Amino acid sequence: MEITVNGETHKVDVSEDMPLLWVLRDELGITGPKYGCGIAMCGSCTVHVDGYAMRSCSIRVKHVEGKNVTTIEGLGSPTALHAVQAAWIEHQVAQCGYCQSGQIMAAAAFLKDNPQPTDEEIDQIMSANLCRCGTYPRVRKAVKSAAAKLRKI
Amino acid sequence: MGTVTKIARRTFLLGTLGVSGGLAVGYWHFKDPIENPILANLKDGEFALTHYVKINKEGVSIITPRAEMGQGVQSTLAALVAEELDVDWNTIKMEHGPESKAYANTGLWTEVAPVSVTDESNLANNLRWAFGNIMGKLFTSIQTTGGSSAMVDGFEKMRFAGAAARIILIKAAAKQLNVDSRQLATQDGFVIGNNGIRLSYEELAERATEIQPPSKPKLKPKSEWRYLGKSLPRLDMVEKSTGIAIYAIDIRLPGMVYATVKMNPYRGAKCIRYNEQKALELPGVKEVIDLENGVAVVATNTWYAMQGASALDCEWEKVNYKGNNDEFYYEALKAFNDKPDSVHNISGDPDSIPDGNKLELEYKVPYQSHATMEPLGATALLKDGRFDIWVGTQSPSMVRQKSAEVIGIPKEDCHVHTLYMGGGFGRRSEIDFTNQVAKIAKTNEGTPVKLTWTREEDIGQDFYRPLSISQVKLVAKEGKGIGLDIKVAASSVIDSKFSDRWGIDLPGPDATLVQPIPDQPYGLDHYRVQAFKSPINLPVGSWRSVGCSQNGFFHECAMDELALLAGEDPLEMRLRLLTHEPSRQVVTAVKEMSGWGRTLPVGHGLGIAFVLSFGVPTAQVFEVKQTEFGIKIENIWAAVDVGVALDPMNIEAQVTGGIIYGLSSAIMGQITVENGRVVQSNFHDFEILKLYQTPYMEVKILENQRNIKGIGEPGTPPAAPALANAIFATTGKRIRELPMNKFIDFA
Repeated sequence: MEITVNGETHKVDVSEDMPLLWVLRDELGITGPKYGCGIAMCGSCTVHVDGYAMRSCSIRVKHVEGKNVTTIEGLGSPTALHAVQAAWIEHQVAQCGYCQSGQIMAAAAFLKDNPQPTDEEIDQIMSANLCRCGTYPRVRKAVKSAAAKLRKI
Repeated sequence: MGTVTKIARRTFLLGTLGVSGGLAVGYWHFKDPIENPILANLKDGEFALTHYVKINKEGVSIITPRAEMGQGVQSTLAALVAEELDVDWNTIKMEHGPESKAYANTGLWTEVAPVSVTDESNLANNLRWAFGNIMGKLFTSIQTTGGSSAMVDGFEKMRFAGAAARIILIKAAAKQLNVDSRQLATQDGFVIGNNGIRLSYEELAERATEIQPPSKPKLKPKSEWRYLGKSLPRLDMVEKSTGIAIYAIDIRLPGMVYATVKMNPYRGAKCIRYNEQKALELPGVKEVIDLENGVAVVATNTWYAMQGASALDCEWEKVNYKGNNDEFYYEALKAFNDKPDSVHNISGDPDSIPDGNKLELEYKVPYQSHATMEPLGATALLKDGRFDIWVGTQSPSMVRQKSAEVIGIPKEDCHVHTLYMGGGFGRRSEIDFTNQVAKIAKTNEGTPVKLTWTREEDIGQDFYRPLSISQVKLVAKEGKGIGLDIKVAASSVIDSKFSDRWGIDLPGPDATLVQPIPDQPYGLDHYRVQAFKSPINLPVGSWRSVGCSQNGFFHECAMDELALLAGEDPLEMRLRLLTHEPSRQVVTAVKEMSGWGRTLPVGHGLGIAFVLSFGVPTAQVFEVKQTEFGIKIENIWAAVDVGVALDPMNIEAQVTGGIIYGLSSAIMGQITVENGRVVQSNFHDFEILKLYQTPYMEVKILENQRNIKGIGEPGTPPAAPALANAIFATTGKRIRELPMNKFIDFA
């Protein structure tokens, strides 16, 4: 099978039912997406598939053939931050950091679709991503400030 | 305080930290007989100045020997060194450093002394220091992270290290320039002299290692701080916002295999037999390993290993207890008939009061899971008699010692690489998962193995916050609350963790059973606290703030009910009773922040709780609203006193995060047992708070205490009682059992 991740095409030799998450992590060494629950409940594994935020623990690799997968590594880097990542740093959101790749990927896809979200929409969308450290108040602030920045770009 | 309380404080802190041990010096000291642990691993061109500063061509690295589990500890420890060393914050790197007794956590011992937590006199502080010396000699030095102790431990010694390193860098420059060192100054990583001379720390480092550092250099006064007391960007923030931060689950080694475990859901019982055939027939599965009370499956990919584990047929031995939470509550109730484990007669005699002035109530909380976002796991390699383990752990010393025992090699040949933890909360002070990976690595000698637990194992194989029950007698007289007589029964965390799991028998009662009730600075006329041990069913462990969250719930709900019984305002009654000025100040702060006493909109109510835990007086006021969908928390105002606030923005994060952690357990989180097995298995049935349920929060940080305190835990304990008290104020419904969603709807 061939899958395209962050613009690069990889040949993988795995069971076609394997969840995308484990192909990324164990086969390709792309470890930004995290394993948290395996049942699409927590959002730590969130990636973009053709621009849509999806739970990589719950999509089989065969279903992303021919599609573009973007992980947090492809969203931005320390020297070329995506606006959402910059907002995360500005508001000092992360604590343990484990869920944050998923939070950021969820926020980035959401703001692309909805550049002028209301507070209620932010609350609704970001409630699908769990954080045990309780970074929610700063997630809220960072999403709002990223939205404002993205509108100016 | 009575003698029992003094003895009890010792075991309380041991339980809190999940370790024994401590090196009995309150400051960094170059004359320590312990060799500098970073010397052994220096590469060419790297130089160690003290145990905490490493310099190479790329710049300065600060060793921050407490593990980062989200609490921001490494950044604040680095700031302590950077402040005195005089380096540019933006250029600093940090690393956890090797496991070493040089990095033993001494902070716990200074807080373990037999003095009241609210006594900060010179005499009390000297006693703390002296007690640290005695205890340090009794126990092996152990490196650990927990108990909100890192700042207590590091506040002086990290600054001494930075100051000592700066002095020897200046002396090295003086020698090189052949000038008097008094003519030299420093600025952002350079030694500066007359005529525009600038020598970088990097170029001076080698020469500096030849100079003896002073043992107790002069520290900057607080008024001259440039980093401390300010909110600094955390050093791990960019990594954690770009997906490149490395956790144990992310380690990759050439030729690595992937493992998971399937353990007996009847906790503590064996796996009688298993049939590995079905697992071995699946793609990628290489091997099934017997772990006595379960099995490990090794494969070429974690998912294959998980598939293999679910295909395995295992026959489990049953446990000698059976039943459910109601039976456990009944057992705990029966424990009240036994001899108490400890009695704290704080004041008066509650028995002398006629029953007409009393009201008796009962409160209870269920087992609670840690559910760190990163499920447990570690990566390990046993090769040529050397064992390396990459792990997010609060207890690197225990990991090293126990791994050595599992493998059967000397401790010196075990190397612990401590990584970021995807959450700790006490769960990562345990060594069950590291023992498993050691065993798997031993079976696969020469091949690196990565162990990843499923979330289902993580929830089902936790060491839970104990199920606990409390009976309280309230005493009111002539319109005033004057007494509390509290009994608590729960399984002992100390017995479960130390005796059952680690084989260490600790003397004295288990003060975590009633922690922190005996420390509450309320001047009640009649005040007694009694602890009772109920049998250990599910194994129990340290859960963020250990005994403080459940006992804070019992105590602070009872205080509210006492005010009601007496006809007093619950906040004003606390102010009337608090004998400790910094505690009065935090209550006064939340009174002002919340506008306590103002006219509220219809369907709104305010509730207060105050808990002094880990030396930090913490007050919280909640405003809740009754909506058509249920209770909604509108606002939370919190005030804490940490003595010295090193990084206000990080302290705020710890307090708000601690409250949210507490709210998950207050509103919806619980572990229940049916027929001897834990019912919950993942986030669909072990729910935690979501963003939309999180209210506006405001935190005020006060510094009226003399000694510095840690803030990783104190935010958690007042959350549940403040919410229960606010719900009562709003609805008239008194909830005395957690989780609250059993009794009331939440919006």
